[in-house]
Amino acid sequence: MSFDWGIIIANWKFLILQGLMGFGAFGGGTLRLAIPALVLGFILGVIVGLCRLAHRPWIHYPAVLYVEFFRGVPLVMVIFWFWFLIPQMTGQRLPEYTVALTAFVVFEAAYLGEIVRAGIQSVPRGQVEAATAGGLSYRQMMVHVILPQAIRNMIPSLVTQFIVLFKDTSLASIIGMMDLTKAAQTVSQREIRPFEMYLFIAVVYWIFTYSMSRFSQWLEVKMSPERAPTRRAALRAATAEAPA
Amino acid sequence: MPLTGFLGIQYDFQWSVLWTGENGRWLLQGIWTTLRLSTLAWIVAWVLGILSGALRTVPFWPLRTLVTFYVEFFRNVPLLVWLFFWYFGAPQFLPRTAQDWLNLHGPEFWSAVVGLSVYHGARMSEVIRAGIQSIPKTLLEASVATGLSVGQAYRLIIIPIALRLIVPPATNESLNLLKNSSLALTIGVAELTFMSRQIETYTAKAFEALTAGTLIYLVMCLGIASVMGQVERYFRIPGLIARVGRAEH
Repeated sequence: MSFDWGIIIANWKFLILQGLMGFGAFGGGTLRLAIPALVLGFILGVIVGLCRLAHRPWIHYPAVLYVEFFRGVPLVMVIFWFWFLIPQMTGQRLPEYTVALTAFVVFEAAYLGEIVRAGIQSVPRGQVEAATAGGLSYRQMMVHVILPQAIRNMIPSLVTQFIVLFKDTSLASIIGMMDLTKAAQTVSQREIRPFEMYLFIAVVYWIFTYSMSRFSQWLEVKMSPERAPTRRAALRAATAEAPA
Repeated sequence: MPLTGFLGIQYDFQWSVLWTGENGRWLLQGIWTTLRLSTLAWIVAWVLGILSGALRTVPFWPLRTLVTFYVEFFRNVPLLVWLFFWYFGAPQFLPRTAQDWLNLHGPEFWSAVVGLSVYHGARMSEVIRAGIQSIPKTLLEASVATGLSVGQAYRLIIIPIALRLIVPPATNESLNLLKNSSLALTIGVAELTFMSRQIETYTAKAFEALTAGTLIYLVMCLGIASVMGQVERYFRIPGLIARVGRAEH
Protein backbone atom coordinates (compact mmCIF):
# COMPACT_ATOMS: atom_id res chain seq x y z
CA MET A 1 0.00 0.00 0.00
CA SER A 2 1.48 3.33 -0.99
CA PHE A 3 0.37 6.76 0.01
CA ASP A 4 -0.05 9.73 -2.26
CA TRP A 5 -0.15 12.85 -0.13
CA GLY A 6 0.32 14.97 -3.27
CA ILE A 7 -3.42 14.88 -3.95
CA ILE A 8 -3.93 17.19 -0.98
CA ILE A 9 -1.70 19.83 -2.53
CA ALA A 10 -3.21 19.22 -5.96
CA ASN A 11 -6.71 19.82 -4.58
CA TRP A 12 -6.08 22.28 -1.80
CA LYS A 13 -7.94 25.15 -3.46
CA PHE A 14 -11.06 23.06 -3.80
CA LEU A 15 -10.79 21.63 -0.30
CA ILE A 16 -9.89 24.76 1.63
CA LEU A 17 -11.32 27.65 -0.36
CA GLN A 18 -14.48 25.89 -1.52
CA GLY A 19 -15.04 23.28 1.17
CA LEU A 20 -13.89 25.05 4.30
CA MET A 21 -14.48 28.72 3.45
CA GLY A 22 -17.27 28.48 0.90
CA PHE A 23 -15.70 30.65 -1.81
CA GLY A 24 -16.51 29.03 -5.10
CA ALA A 25 -19.12 28.01 -7.59
CA PHE A 26 -20.85 25.54 -5.24
CA GLY A 27 -21.69 27.89 -2.37
CA GLY A 28 -21.83 26.04 0.93
CA GLY A 29 -18.66 26.00 2.98
CA THR A 30 -18.11 24.76 6.51
CA LEU A 31 -17.25 28.14 8.04
CA ARG A 32 -19.84 29.98 5.98
CA LEU A 33 -22.44 27.67 7.52
CA ALA A 34 -21.11 27.44 11.07
CA ILE A 35 -20.71 31.15 11.85
CA PRO A 36 -24.18 32.40 10.80
CA ALA A 37 -25.70 29.27 12.37
CA LEU A 38 -24.11 30.14 15.70
CA VAL A 39 -25.14 33.81 15.61
CA LEU A 40 -28.73 33.17 14.53
CA GLY A 41 -29.00 30.11 16.75
CA PHE A 42 -27.86 32.16 19.72
CA ILE A 43 -30.48 34.85 19.06
CA LEU A 44 -33.20 32.19 18.87
CA GLY A 45 -31.60 30.47 21.89
CA VAL A 46 -31.93 33.63 24.01
CA ILE A 47 -35.61 33.77 23.15
CA VAL A 48 -36.08 30.06 23.94
CA GLY A 49 -34.13 30.37 27.20
CA LEU A 50 -36.12 33.41 28.34
CA CYS A 51 -39.38 31.68 27.46
CA ARG A 52 -38.33 28.64 29.47
CA LEU A 53 -37.76 30.84 32.49
CA ALA A 54 -41.09 32.63 32.10
CA HIS A 55 -43.75 32.02 34.74
CA ARG A 56 -46.72 32.08 32.41
CA PRO A 57 -47.46 28.44 31.49
CA TRP A 58 -48.43 29.16 27.86
CA ILE A 59 -44.98 30.64 27.30
CA HIS A 60 -43.07 28.24 29.55
CA TYR A 61 -44.39 24.88 28.32
CA PRO A 62 -43.99 25.43 24.55
CA ALA A 63 -40.34 26.32 25.24
CA VAL A 64 -39.87 23.18 27.35
CA LEU A 65 -41.45 21.11 24.59
CA TYR A 66 -39.19 22.73 21.99
CA VAL A 67 -36.03 21.98 23.95
CA GLU A 68 -37.03 18.43 24.89
CA PHE A 69 -38.09 17.61 21.35
CA PHE A 70 -34.96 18.75 19.58
CA ARG A 71 -32.66 17.24 22.18
CA GLY A 72 -34.35 13.87 21.82
CA VAL A 73 -34.03 13.64 18.04
CA PRO A 74 -30.89 13.09 15.95
CA LEU A 75 -29.72 16.08 13.93
CA VAL A 76 -29.81 13.99 10.73
CA MET A 77 -33.54 13.54 11.24
CA VAL A 78 -34.04 17.30 11.71
CA ILE A 79 -32.09 18.02 8.52
CA PHE A 80 -34.25 15.55 6.59
CA TRP A 81 -37.37 17.17 8.02
CA PHE A 82 -36.36 20.59 6.72
CA TRP A 83 -35.17 19.11 3.45
CA PHE A 84 -38.69 17.78 2.98
CA LEU A 85 -40.80 20.48 4.72
CA ILE A 86 -39.36 23.67 3.22
CA PRO A 87 -40.31 22.82 -0.38
CA GLN A 88 -43.75 21.75 0.89
CA MET A 89 -44.32 25.03 2.69
CA THR A 90 -42.80 27.49 0.25
CA GLY A 91 -43.65 25.62 -2.91
CA GLN A 92 -40.13 25.82 -4.27
CA ARG A 93 -36.80 24.11 -3.80
CA LEU A 94 -34.28 26.15 -1.87
CA PRO A 95 -30.51 25.71 -2.07
CA GLU A 96 -28.95 23.13 0.24
CA TYR A 97 -27.18 25.90 2.11
CA THR A 98 -30.45 27.57 3.15
CA VAL A 99 -31.99 24.27 4.21
CA ALA A 100 -28.93 23.34 6.25
CA LEU A 101 -28.71 26.78 7.87
CA THR A 102 -32.39 26.69 8.88
CA ALA A 103 -32.05 23.19 10.31
CA PHE A 104 -28.92 24.12 12.28
CA VAL A 105 -30.40 27.33 13.70
CA VAL A 106 -33.57 25.58 14.85
CA PHE A 107 -31.70 22.56 16.23
CA GLU A 108 -28.90 24.44 17.96
CA ALA A 109 -31.33 26.93 19.50
CA ALA A 110 -32.61 24.12 21.72
CA TYR A 111 -29.12 23.48 23.09
CA LEU A 112 -28.16 27.16 23.20
CA GLY A 113 -31.46 27.91 24.95
CA GLU A 114 -30.42 25.58 27.78
CA ILE A 115 -27.06 27.34 28.03
CA VAL A 116 -28.82 30.72 28.18
CA ARG A 117 -31.17 29.43 30.87
CA ALA A 118 -28.29 28.07 32.98
CA GLY A 119 -26.41 31.34 32.48
CA ILE A 120 -29.34 33.43 33.65
CA GLN A 121 -29.91 31.14 36.62
CA SER A 122 -26.25 31.52 37.58
CA VAL A 123 -26.78 35.23 38.27
CA PRO A 124 -27.31 35.67 42.02
CA ARG A 125 -30.88 36.26 43.12
CA GLY A 126 -29.81 39.45 44.93
CA GLN A 127 -29.16 41.08 41.56
CA VAL A 128 -32.82 40.66 40.60
CA GLU A 129 -33.95 42.01 43.96
CA ALA A 130 -31.58 44.97 43.77
CA ALA A 131 -32.69 45.80 40.23
CA THR A 132 -36.35 45.57 41.23
CA ALA A 133 -35.73 47.67 44.33
CA GLY A 134 -33.94 50.20 42.13
CA GLY A 135 -37.15 50.63 40.17
CA LEU A 136 -36.13 48.95 36.90
CA SER A 137 -38.77 47.35 34.72
CA TYR A 138 -38.45 43.65 33.78
CA ARG A 139 -37.06 44.58 30.36
CA GLN A 140 -34.57 47.08 31.79
CA MET A 141 -33.47 44.61 34.41
CA MET A 142 -32.88 41.86 31.82
CA VAL A 143 -31.08 44.09 29.31
CA HIS A 144 -28.93 46.12 31.70
CA VAL A 145 -28.38 43.89 34.73
CA ILE A 146 -29.06 40.19 34.21
CA LEU A 147 -28.10 39.44 30.59
CA PRO A 148 -24.69 41.16 30.67
CA GLN A 149 -23.67 39.06 33.67
CA ALA A 150 -25.37 35.93 32.36
CA ILE A 151 -23.67 36.15 28.96
CA ARG A 152 -20.29 36.45 30.66
CA ASN A 153 -21.03 33.25 32.58
CA MET A 154 -22.18 31.53 29.42
CA ILE A 155 -19.08 32.18 27.33
CA PRO A 156 -17.22 28.92 28.10
CA SER A 157 -20.32 26.79 27.41
CA LEU A 158 -20.96 28.80 24.25
CA VAL A 159 -17.47 28.08 22.95
CA THR A 160 -17.99 24.37 23.71
CA GLN A 161 -21.31 24.45 21.89
CA PHE A 162 -19.68 26.18 18.94
CA ILE A 163 -17.19 23.31 18.74
CA VAL A 164 -20.11 20.87 18.66
CA LEU A 165 -21.83 22.97 16.01
CA PHE A 166 -18.66 23.19 13.94
CA LYS A 167 -18.35 19.40 13.95
CA ASP A 168 -22.06 18.99 13.25
CA THR A 169 -21.86 21.08 10.07
CA SER A 170 -20.29 18.03 8.43
CA LEU A 171 -23.82 16.59 8.37
CA ALA A 172 -24.84 19.22 5.81
CA SER A 173 -22.91 17.12 3.31
CA ILE A 174 -25.62 14.44 3.60
CA ILE A 175 -28.09 16.64 1.71
CA GLY A 176 -25.35 17.57 -0.74
CA MET A 177 -24.07 20.89 0.57
CA MET A 178 -20.47 21.44 -0.53
CA ASP A 179 -18.67 21.68 2.80
CA LEU A 180 -15.26 20.34 3.79
CA THR A 181 -16.57 16.78 4.15
CA LYS A 182 -18.40 16.83 0.82
CA ALA A 183 -15.36 18.32 -0.90
CA ALA A 184 -13.17 15.54 0.49
CA GLN A 185 -15.75 12.97 -0.56
CA THR A 186 -15.75 14.37 -4.10
CA VAL A 187 -11.96 14.34 -4.37
CA SER A 188 -11.69 10.93 -2.75
CA GLN A 189 -14.17 9.42 -5.21
CA ARG A 190 -12.33 10.89 -8.17
CA GLU A 191 -8.84 9.97 -7.04
CA ILE A 192 -9.73 6.82 -5.07
CA ARG A 193 -7.61 8.00 -2.16
CA PRO A 194 -10.02 7.80 0.81
CA PHE A 195 -7.39 7.20 3.47
CA GLU A 196 -5.32 10.29 2.70
CA MET A 197 -8.35 12.49 2.06
CA TYR A 198 -10.33 11.70 5.20
CA LEU A 199 -7.26 11.78 7.41
CA PHE A 200 -6.40 15.19 5.98
CA ILE A 201 -9.80 16.72 6.67
CA ALA A 202 -9.77 15.10 10.11
CA VAL A 203 -6.62 17.11 10.82
CA VAL A 204 -8.19 20.30 9.40
CA TYR A 205 -11.28 19.88 11.58
CA TRP A 206 -9.07 19.04 14.53
CA ILE A 207 -6.95 22.20 14.18
CA PHE A 208 -10.09 24.31 14.44
CA THR A 209 -11.86 22.42 17.21
CA TYR A 210 -8.78 21.83 19.31
CA SER A 211 -7.70 25.47 19.23
CA MET A 212 -11.24 26.48 20.16
CA SER A 213 -11.25 24.04 23.07
CA ARG A 214 -7.90 25.38 24.30
CA PHE A 215 -9.33 28.89 23.96
CA SER A 216 -12.34 27.83 26.02
CA GLN A 217 -10.09 26.42 28.75
CA TRP A 218 -8.00 29.59 28.80
CA LEU A 219 -11.16 31.68 28.96
CA GLU A 220 -12.52 29.69 31.85
CA VAL A 221 -9.35 30.22 33.85
CA LYS A 222 -9.25 33.87 32.88
CA MET A 223 -12.83 34.48 33.91
CA SER A 224 -12.79 32.67 37.24
CA PRO A 225 -9.19 32.98 38.41
CA GLU A 226 -10.17 31.93 41.93
CA ARG A 227 -10.89 28.38 40.74
CA ALA A 228 -7.73 27.67 38.75
CA PRO A 229 -4.31 27.34 40.30
CA THR A 230 -2.59 30.13 38.38
CA ARG A 231 0.98 30.99 39.20
CA ARG A 232 -0.02 34.14 41.04
CA ALA A 233 -2.72 32.37 43.02
CA ALA A 234 -0.31 29.59 43.93
CA LEU A 235 2.20 32.19 45.01
CA ARG A 236 -0.42 33.96 47.09
CA ALA A 237 -1.43 30.67 48.71
CA ALA A 238 2.18 29.80 49.37
CA THR A 239 2.94 33.14 50.96
CA ALA A 240 -0.28 33.05 52.97
CA GLU A 241 0.62 29.66 54.37
CA ALA A 242 4.17 30.66 55.14
CA PRO A 243 4.76 31.16 58.86
CA ALA A 244 4.69 34.82 59.72
CA MET B 1 -50.53 21.93 -8.28
CA PRO B 2 -51.54 21.14 -4.71
CA LEU B 3 -48.44 22.54 -3.01
CA THR B 4 -49.05 26.27 -2.76
CA GLY B 5 -47.85 28.60 -0.05
CA PHE B 6 -47.36 28.18 3.65
CA LEU B 7 -50.94 27.81 4.84
CA GLY B 8 -52.20 26.39 1.61
CA ILE B 9 -50.49 23.09 2.34
CA GLN B 10 -52.42 20.24 0.87
CA TYR B 11 -51.18 16.87 1.85
CA ASP B 12 -52.88 13.53 1.67
CA PHE B 13 -52.04 11.70 4.87
CA GLN B 14 -51.73 7.94 4.56
CA TRP B 15 -50.51 6.62 7.88
CA SER B 16 -51.15 3.09 6.72
CA VAL B 17 -47.96 3.20 4.62
CA LEU B 18 -46.11 2.58 7.87
CA TRP B 19 -47.39 -0.95 8.24
CA THR B 20 -48.58 -2.08 4.80
CA GLY B 21 -46.39 -4.24 2.59
CA GLU B 22 -42.75 -4.52 3.53
CA ASN B 23 -42.68 -1.19 5.35
CA GLY B 24 -43.63 -2.38 8.81
CA ARG B 25 -40.95 -5.03 8.71
CA TRP B 26 -38.41 -2.46 7.49
CA LEU B 27 -39.16 -0.17 10.41
CA LEU B 28 -38.75 -3.00 12.91
CA GLN B 29 -35.52 -4.09 11.25
CA GLY B 30 -34.33 -0.50 11.43
CA ILE B 31 -35.05 -0.29 15.16
CA TRP B 32 -33.29 -3.62 15.70
CA THR B 33 -30.19 -2.51 13.76
CA THR B 34 -30.08 0.83 15.60
CA LEU B 35 -30.27 -0.93 18.95
CA ARG B 36 -27.71 -3.58 18.01
CA LEU B 37 -25.28 -1.00 16.60
CA SER B 38 -25.68 1.34 19.58
CA THR B 39 -25.39 -1.38 22.19
CA LEU B 40 -22.25 -2.91 20.69
CA ALA B 41 -20.64 0.50 20.25
CA TRP B 42 -21.73 1.51 23.74
CA ILE B 43 -20.02 -1.46 25.36
CA VAL B 44 -16.77 -0.92 23.44
CA ALA B 45 -16.93 2.82 24.14
CA TRP B 46 -17.17 2.17 27.88
CA VAL B 47 -14.22 -0.21 27.76
CA LEU B 48 -12.15 2.31 25.79
CA GLY B 49 -13.28 5.13 28.04
CA ILE B 50 -12.36 3.38 31.28
CA LEU B 51 -9.10 2.05 29.84
CA SER B 52 -7.96 5.42 28.50
CA GLY B 53 -9.20 7.20 31.61
CA ALA B 54 -7.08 4.89 33.75
CA LEU B 55 -4.03 5.03 31.46
CA ARG B 56 -4.04 8.83 31.61
CA THR B 57 -3.06 8.60 35.27
CA VAL B 58 -0.13 6.14 34.99
CA PRO B 59 3.32 7.54 35.83
CA PHE B 60 4.84 6.79 32.40
CA TRP B 61 4.69 9.79 30.13
CA PRO B 62 4.88 8.21 26.63
CA LEU B 63 1.78 6.15 27.38
CA ARG B 64 0.01 9.15 28.88
CA THR B 65 0.81 11.27 25.84
CA LEU B 66 -0.43 8.54 23.50
CA VAL B 67 -3.73 8.22 25.33
CA THR B 68 -4.19 11.99 25.55
CA PHE B 69 -3.56 12.16 21.81
CA TYR B 70 -6.23 9.50 21.23
CA VAL B 71 -8.79 11.33 23.34
CA GLU B 72 -8.09 14.81 21.98
CA PHE B 73 -7.81 13.79 18.34
CA PHE B 74 -10.80 11.48 18.12
CA ARG B 75 -13.33 13.52 20.05
CA ASN B 76 -12.53 16.76 18.23
CA VAL B 77 -13.14 15.50 14.70
CA PRO B 78 -16.69 15.05 13.34
CA LEU B 79 -18.05 11.53 13.67
CA LEU B 80 -19.09 11.58 10.01
CA VAL B 81 -15.46 12.01 8.95
CA TRP B 82 -14.49 9.08 11.16
CA LEU B 83 -17.22 6.90 9.69
CA PHE B 84 -15.98 7.63 6.16
CA PHE B 85 -12.44 7.05 7.31
CA TRP B 86 -13.18 3.68 8.89
CA TYR B 87 -15.42 2.54 6.07
CA PHE B 88 -13.62 3.80 2.96
CA GLY B 89 -10.07 4.43 4.13
CA ALA B 90 -9.04 1.95 6.78
CA PRO B 91 -10.06 -1.57 5.64
CA GLN B 92 -7.45 -1.67 2.84
CA PHE B 93 -4.74 -1.92 5.50
CA LEU B 94 -6.27 -4.97 7.13
CA PRO B 95 -4.78 -8.38 6.42
CA ARG B 96 -6.40 -10.39 3.62
CA THR B 97 -8.29 -12.76 5.94
CA ALA B 98 -9.72 -9.91 8.01
CA GLN B 99 -10.90 -8.19 4.82
CA ASP B 100 -12.58 -11.40 3.67
CA TRP B 101 -14.31 -11.80 7.03
CA LEU B 102 -15.46 -8.19 6.86
CA ASN B 103 -16.86 -8.58 3.36
CA LEU B 104 -18.78 -11.65 4.44
CA HIS B 105 -20.24 -10.07 7.58
CA GLY B 106 -21.19 -6.64 6.27
CA PRO B 107 -18.37 -4.10 6.28
CA GLU B 108 -20.81 -1.19 6.76
CA PHE B 109 -22.08 -2.41 10.09
CA TRP B 110 -18.67 -3.22 11.56
CA SER B 111 -17.11 0.01 10.32
CA ALA B 112 -19.97 1.86 11.99
CA VAL B 113 -19.39 -0.05 15.23
CA VAL B 114 -15.68 0.82 15.16
CA GLY B 115 -16.31 4.46 14.21
CA LEU B 116 -18.97 5.02 16.86
CA SER B 117 -17.10 3.24 19.64
CA VAL B 118 -13.72 4.86 19.01
CA TYR B 119 -15.30 8.32 18.82
CA HIS B 120 -17.52 7.87 21.85
CA GLY B 121 -14.78 6.06 23.77
CA ALA B 122 -12.76 9.26 23.60
CA ARG B 123 -15.75 11.29 24.76
CA MET B 124 -16.58 8.79 27.51
CA SER B 125 -13.00 9.04 28.72
CA GLU B 126 -13.51 12.76 29.30
CA VAL B 127 -16.77 12.12 31.15
CA ILE B 128 -15.09 9.61 33.46
CA ARG B 129 -12.10 11.88 34.02
CA ALA B 130 -14.30 14.85 34.89
CA GLY B 131 -16.27 12.67 37.33
CA ILE B 132 -13.14 11.47 39.09
CA GLN B 133 -11.63 14.94 39.21
CA SER B 134 -14.75 16.39 40.81
CA ILE B 135 -14.14 14.28 43.92
CA PRO B 136 -12.03 16.31 46.32
CA LYS B 137 -8.79 14.71 47.47
CA THR B 138 -9.74 15.55 51.04
CA LEU B 139 -12.55 12.98 50.86
CA LEU B 140 -10.01 10.16 50.70
CA GLU B 141 -7.96 11.77 53.45
CA ALA B 142 -11.02 12.15 55.65
CA SER B 143 -12.07 8.52 55.04
CA VAL B 144 -8.62 7.26 55.98
CA ALA B 145 -8.56 9.55 59.02
CA THR B 146 -11.74 7.91 60.34
CA GLY B 147 -9.90 4.58 60.39
CA LEU B 148 -10.77 3.01 57.03
CA SER B 149 -8.03 1.34 55.03
CA VAL B 150 -7.37 2.81 51.57
CA GLY B 151 -9.10 -0.18 49.98
CA GLN B 152 -12.15 0.26 52.20
CA ALA B 153 -12.17 3.99 51.55
CA TYR B 154 -12.29 3.37 47.80
CA ARG B 155 -14.86 0.59 48.06
CA LEU B 156 -17.19 2.27 50.56
CA ILE B 157 -16.74 5.98 49.92
CA ILE B 158 -14.94 7.04 46.76
CA ILE B 159 -16.34 4.64 44.14
CA PRO B 160 -20.00 4.89 45.28
CA ILE B 161 -19.79 8.68 45.12
CA ALA B 162 -17.87 8.69 41.82
CA LEU B 163 -20.47 6.42 40.21
CA ARG B 164 -23.28 8.70 41.32
CA LEU B 165 -21.47 11.72 39.92
CA ILE B 166 -20.81 10.01 36.60
CA VAL B 167 -24.35 8.72 36.00
CA PRO B 168 -25.94 11.97 34.66
CA PRO B 169 -23.19 12.89 32.17
CA ALA B 170 -22.72 9.23 31.19
CA THR B 171 -26.45 8.93 30.46
CA ASN B 172 -26.21 12.08 28.41
CA GLU B 173 -23.29 10.65 26.47
CA SER B 174 -25.00 7.29 25.94
CA LEU B 175 -28.01 9.06 24.46
CA ASN B 176 -25.66 11.01 22.21
CA LEU B 177 -24.31 7.69 21.00
CA LEU B 178 -27.81 6.40 20.30
CA LYS B 179 -28.68 9.53 18.33
CA ASN B 180 -25.33 9.55 16.55
CA SER B 181 -25.86 5.98 15.36
CA SER B 182 -28.18 7.61 12.80
CA LEU B 183 -25.08 8.80 10.93
CA ALA B 184 -24.40 5.20 9.97
CA LEU B 185 -26.95 5.64 7.18
CA THR B 186 -24.29 7.56 5.25
CA ILE B 187 -22.21 4.40 4.85
CA GLY B 188 -25.25 2.27 4.11
CA VAL B 189 -26.14 0.66 7.43
CA ALA B 190 -29.86 -0.09 7.34
CA GLU B 191 -30.68 1.48 10.71
CA LEU B 192 -33.77 3.42 11.72
CA THR B 193 -33.10 6.67 9.81
CA PHE B 194 -32.06 4.68 6.75
CA MET B 195 -35.30 2.69 6.88
CA SER B 196 -37.49 5.80 7.28
CA ARG B 197 -35.79 7.24 4.21
CA GLN B 198 -36.32 3.96 2.36
CA ILE B 199 -40.04 3.98 3.16
CA GLU B 200 -40.15 7.60 2.00
CA THR B 201 -38.46 6.65 -1.28
CA TYR B 202 -40.77 3.72 -1.96
CA THR B 203 -44.07 5.35 -0.98
CA ALA B 204 -43.32 9.08 -1.53
CA LYS B 205 -44.92 9.65 1.88
CA ALA B 206 -42.17 11.67 3.52
CA PHE B 207 -44.26 13.16 6.32
CA GLU B 208 -45.45 9.80 7.65
CA ALA B 209 -42.08 8.10 7.30
CA LEU B 210 -40.14 10.91 9.01
CA THR B 211 -42.74 11.17 11.78
CA ALA B 212 -42.39 7.46 12.52
CA GLY B 213 -38.60 7.66 12.71
CA THR B 214 -38.65 10.83 14.82
CA LEU B 215 -41.18 9.46 17.30
CA ILE B 216 -39.25 6.22 17.72
CA TYR B 217 -36.05 8.14 18.50
CA LEU B 218 -37.95 10.39 20.92
CA VAL B 219 -39.48 7.43 22.73
CA MET B 220 -36.11 5.68 23.02
CA CYS B 221 -34.28 8.82 24.24
CA LEU B 222 -36.92 10.08 26.64
CA GLY B 223 -37.48 6.53 27.90
CA ILE B 224 -33.81 5.95 28.72
CA ALA B 225 -33.50 9.46 30.20
CA SER B 226 -36.47 8.96 32.52
CA VAL B 227 -35.30 5.50 33.63
CA MET B 228 -31.85 6.89 34.40
CA GLY B 229 -33.48 9.81 36.22
CA GLN B 230 -35.29 7.29 38.43
CA VAL B 231 -32.03 5.43 39.05
CA GLU B 232 -30.36 8.68 40.06
CA ARG B 233 -33.13 9.62 42.47
CA TYR B 234 -33.18 6.13 43.93
CA PHE B 235 -29.44 6.11 44.69
CA ARG B 236 -29.23 9.71 45.84
CA ILE B 237 -27.44 10.14 49.14
CA PRO B 238 -29.54 12.54 51.24
CA GLY B 239 -27.62 15.64 52.17
CA LEU B 240 -24.43 14.67 50.40
CA ILE B 241 -25.12 15.60 46.81
CA ALA B 242 -27.86 18.06 47.45
CA ARG B 243 -28.69 18.87 43.85
CA VAL B 244 -28.53 15.82 41.65
CA GLY B 245 -28.75 17.13 38.12
CA ARG B 246 -31.39 15.76 35.80
CA ALA B 247 -30.00 13.44 33.15
CA GLU B 248 -29.59 15.53 30.04
CA HIS B 249 -29.96 14.13 26.59
